[in-house]
Formats: sequence, C-alpha cells, structure tokens
Amino acid sequence: MTVHSEPVQAPWDRAGAGSSVDVEHEPSLALHIEDLTVSYEYRPVLWDIDLDIPPGVLGAVVGPNGAGKSTLIKAILGMVPVAAGHIYVFGRPHHRQLSRIGYVPQRTSVDWDFPTTALDVVMMGLYGKLGWIRRPGKAERQKALEALEHVGMAPYAHRQISQLSGGQQQRVFLARALVQDADLYLMDEPMAGVDATTERHIIGLLKELRSRGKTVLVVHHDLQTVSQYFDWLVLLNVRIIAQGPMHEVYTLDNLRHTYGGQIRLLQGLAGALATDGDGEAKPGDGRSAGDGGAAALGR
Amino acid sequence: MVGAFLDNVDLVIIAIGALVGISASLLGTFLVLRGASLYSDAISHSILLGIVLVYLISGDVHSPYQVVGAALAGLATVYLSELLGASKRVKQDAAIGLVFPALFALAVLLINLYARDVHLDEHAVLLGELAFAWLDVVPVGSLEVPRSLLTMGIITVVNALFVTLFYKELKLAVFDAGLAHALGLKPRLLFYALLLLTSVTAVGAFDAVGAILFVTFVIVPPAAAYLLTDRLWLVLLGGCLIAVMSSVLGFHAAMYLDVSIGGMMATITGLLLALAFLAGPRYGLIARFLRLRQQRVQAHVRMLLVHLYTHEHEAEAEMENVPRALEHHLRWSPRLSRAVTAIAQQQGLITVEPAGQRLHLTEQGRRMAQEVLEPWRRI
Ligand SMILES: Nc1ncnc2c1ncn2[C@@H]1O[C@H](COP(=O)(O)OP(=O)(O)OP(=O)(O)O)[C@@H](O)[C@H]1O
Ligand SMILES: [Mg+2]
Repeated sequence: MTVHSEPVQAPWDRAGAGSSVDVEHEPSLALHIEDLTVSYEYRPVLWDIDLDIPPGVLGAVVGPNGAGKSTLIKAILGMVPVAAGHIYVFGRPHHRQLSRIGYVPQRTSVDWDFPTTALDVVMMGLYGKLGWIRRPGKAERQKALEALEHVGMAPYAHRQISQLSGGQQQRVFLARALVQDADLYLMDEPMAGVDATTERHIIGLLKELRSRGKTVLVVHHDLQTVSQYFDWLVLLNVRIIAQGPMHEVYTLDNLRHTYGGQIRLLQGLAGALATDGDGEAKPGDGRSAGDGGAAALGR
Repeated sequence: MVGAFLDNVDLVIIAIGALVGISASLLGTFLVLRGASLYSDAISHSILLGIVLVYLISGDVHSPYQVVGAALAGLATVYLSELLGASKRVKQDAAIGLVFPALFALAVLLINLYARDVHLDEHAVLLGELAFAWLDVVPVGSLEVPRSLLTMGIITVVNALFVTLFYKELKLAVFDAGLAHALGLKPRLLFYALLLLTSVTAVGAFDAVGAILFVTFVIVPPAAAYLLTDRLWLVLLGGCLIAVMSSVLGFHAAMYLDVSIGGMMATITGLLLALAFLAGPRYGLIARFLRLRQQRVQAHVRMLLVHLYTHEHEAEAEMENVPRALEHHLRWSPRLSRAVTAIAQQQGLITVEPAGQRLHLTEQGRRMAQEVLEPWRRI
C-alpha cells in the first residue's frame, strides 16, 4: 500500500515559491493544493483547501451533496476560476499540466442526444494531443477501439450514444479517459447509477490504472464500499475535514464531522468501523455493515 | 457561361436563397445542438443597431464597415445576454429576450430620428426583397454581379471553411465544453467566433432575404436533418441539402402561386421539417409506428413459441397445440391466431402437420422459446 510519509514542507521554508511559475513545487506529489478558495459569485463553495495526493494512490473524495466535490475537480482542471490559492500537479502549476490529467465528468454533464457514436466520443479524448485543426485518423480510431475493447464496449462502438444504457455511457467516458493516457485521473462519480457488475468492472479498471503507476482520484458516494475500493481518502465538506490513507481517515468521528447533522444515519456504519482497527480494510466489511442507515448516506 | 447564369434572373434568385441557406444552416447546426439557436433571432435583430450606427457615422448604407458594425452589435448582444444569464437571476433565454429588443428598439429610434429618408424600414429588415436582389449589381472584372450573390458567395465559403477546419473543435465544444477547455481547445473563443460569423452572415442575408428567412435557415434545416440521422457531419450536409431544396422549391412555388419568394422558401423549410418528422427513418412518426407494430408482432410470435414449448411434452399436447386452442388459451381472436401462426411458419419457427391440424416447433423455434424463458443460458 502506498502511504505518503514525507514530512510536508512548512510554508515558510518555501524559498521564493510563487515568484516564478517554473519552479518545481512539491514534485514528489501528484497533486498539491494550497489555500484554495473557489467561489461562485463571491459565495465560496470551497474554503481554504490544502490537499496532498501522493502518486500511485487510488483515492476517493467523499462528502455530502453540495460539498463542492465536483467543484474541486473542476478547479483542478481549470474549468472554474480560482479565487485564491495554488494548485500544483506533479510539481507544476495545474494549467500547464492539463495534458497529464484525464477527466471523467459526471455523466449528466453532457447531452447524450448529441448526434455521435460511442467510438467518436472516445476519440474526443485524443483531441488534445492532436491539437488544433488536425483530424483524427486511422491511428486514433485504432486507439479508441482498443480502449472500448478494454472497457468491454467494443460491440457498441458504432451505436448512437443515446441508445446506450447509463452504465454503458459511463464506460464510454472511462474509455475516453483511458485514451488520454494521463498520469493523474480525476473522475466524478463514475459509479453513479450503474449495476453491481459494471461497478466491479469499473473498479477493476481503476485498480489496473493504479498498478500501472497512475494516480486516480474519484468522487464516490457509497460509504459502504469506499474503504473496500480505495486506499486513500479525502473527506470534504466545503473545507477539508480529513485526508490520508484510508485506514487512518476512515473513522466514525471523521465521517460524523463530514456529514454534520446526519449523524443518526451513520449509526449503521459504527459496526464496520469498530472492527476496522488499524489494519487495512477487509474485503466486504463495508457491505456487512448495517445496511439501512449507511445506505441512506449514498444517494 | 457565367454571364449567361448571371443573366438568368430566376437562377440568380435561387442561388442567393441557396447560399443564404447553406451558410446559415452550417452555423445553425452547432447553435441548435448547443441550444443557442435563439441567438440567431437576437442577432438578426440587433445588427440593425450596428448598421444604423455605421450609417450615421459614414453616411453610406452600403459601406463595407457595415459588416464590422453589425458584427460588433451581434457580439454585444451575445456578451450582454451571457453576462445577464450568468448572474443566475435571469434564465439564459429570458436574458437573450431582454437584450435584443432593447438594442433593436434603440436602432428603430435612431432611424426615426436621424435616418427617416433611408431604406432601412422594419418591413425591409424583416422580410427583405429577394425578388429585387438581382437589380443591385457591382462590377467584377467585365461582369456585373448582383451584390447579394457576391457577398453571400464569399460568406458561404468562409463559413464552410470555418466549419470544416474547426469541425472537431466545434463538435467537442458543443458536446462537452468542460473537456474541450481542459484539452486547451478554447470552447468560449470558438463560441464567440461562431456567433461572430452568424452576425456577418446575418448582415449579408439581411439585404438579400431579410431576418425572418435568415432565422428560419439557421434553425429549421439543421433541426430537420437532425431528425434524419445521428451523425454530426450528416446533419451538416443534410441541413445544406434541405436549405438548397427549400430555395429551389420555394422559388418555383412562389412563382406558381404568385406570393413572396422569401416567405415561400421559409414555408418549404417548414414543410420539409414536418416531412422529416413524419417520415424520418429512425425518429420519424411513421417509422416509430411501424417499429412498434413489428415489435408487437414479434412479441406475439414469441408468446406462441413459449406456449407451444411449455406444452410440448405434456400428455395433452394433442389438445393444446392446435390452432383452436390458441383462441381458447391465449384469448386470441381467430384472425390474430391465424396471422401469428402464418408469420411463425414463414419464419421457419413452427410447422403445421398434418395440414391445419397440429402445431410443431422447429429446432429454431424451440431454441428461441428457450432463449425467452432462460436468457441466462444464451452464450
Ligand atoms: N455554476 C454554478 N454556479 C453557482 N453555484 C454553483 C455552480 N455549480 C455549483 N454551485 C454550487 O456550489 C456548491 C458545490 O457544488 P458541487 O457541484 O461542487 O457539489 P458536489 O459535492 O459535487 O455535489 P453532488 O454530490 O450533488 O454532486 C453547491 O452548493 C452548488 O449549489
Ligand atoms: Mg458533483
């Protein structure tokens, strides 16, 4: 298990940080965020975020609806303006590293009636490498087909995208991120609204990405499975509540802080958490938790 | 040859209509897909302000700076609407609807105050005068080319270049602006470029065909083509084809019925849209109806197969698997039983032996029944 153990540099020993954008900053971290505040019309939705994600982890971002999880991911991608703070990806300012970030948006963020095919959507992941004006050719098609094959969607390559089920659409998005061949993957609820088989398939793909040395950060909604699937946890609710290796952060206390008023709902998880000890999360232990309460925390 | 074409008034009018149609629907495809087609309406009105302002400064109705003025007015409309929409206090479409009437009203006011004597009245603005477009000519070499034909020709080439060069960028910007941005493909810049070209096209169309036909050509051909296909490039191509057809058919219909040419062209686009809605191969009403009927027939055939299959090995198969029993057990009318039996027989799923007596499943029919009952067995 990859546990980040380097001492975090104190802010005051950062000689000349920020004076030049080319100075490498925390290059040993896949993602390093300092004092990030994001606001929509002067109403902050992310307050003073400090976040470190070491390379090679499979991390989950967890928090209630409206906690700012999607906003955090959009901020890293430069899709929403940053009111204050810095975001570094592999040691460099994020906007210079966009080509190293692969992105899986929330499925509902696009119009699935758009006149195009699954294969075409996957090829869109290659548009950045192609640059302006150049058209995708045979090589790009081949890559996209391979990615579709990889997520088990090859038979649907030429389907119009509205004729795919929700889980299939999600897998098309995943294939699109795979062809981006990024080093850091950001995924916004890739497992929302998919059945158990697809979920297992997707988590398999994520673990495979990790084993290839990629860093993966996933917004996840299901508290019952989070400790089973991921090895790193970020608890977010407008500000960072806790972050770190799963077995250190996944505690009832932290979850209670994150979900605030919904403490009662957490009772069901107590059993699972108590047996956690300091070891790794045992497979299936989230599942065995009292179903009723914990399930209510997911959507 | 070009001279002969230019002397043929009918052809020139049709060509101008077709060029407006092509240039408008190329851009319109992306506007419609982005849900921003209302902008074409807004722009086609507010460019009047740009035209009037340029006239007041330069004193010339046909000054080439008009394009600049109109383009700026168009962009101002879009910018102000987006600004108002982004405040979230006003919905985007309402924001558009707030901005352009204000600009249009200002333009009309300015005309009434300072430019009463000029040909800039609302009637001409909204309807244009396609019938007289060939009268206004400019010399090109030794030829006298109708002004509208020339400008629309140039605009069509520019729009076609824009759409082909930036095809993939436009596609991604409309489908997933977030990813486009993350990949460095400037979706906002492209959107403004698209609306800048829309403004320029609107100015060109303004003289030739008026605002109404322009807006029609922006929205209707792409919408009709969208009903016929689910490939973006086919929507673009189909939109152009529908626009050209509308121009040709609209002209002839207008001549025949002795009505406004522009009005008739707009009517034809509407008719073609209705036709696509009815007869489109995939999303058309007729196709959907036929597909539904086909599905119903297949469902009945499957019911029959399952019925035969479940009773196949029972002692009373002799009694159950006869045509009469279908009426009794499945509560099918005699006509329906006969029809379904005939179709199943045709598809080689059952045989009737001896003739008209007993229904037997064929190997294929049995497989199909098993598949229905035990889908997990399917490999
Ligand atoms: N474009 C926007 N303009 C204004 N406010 C926004 C915008 N997008 C999000 N917000 C607000 O920002 C807050 C955080 O939203 P965000 O989408 O990041 O939450 P989330 O954690 O992803 O929630 P969910 O679990 O529902 O996806 C919410 O209160 C939301 O209302
Ligand atoms: Mg979200």
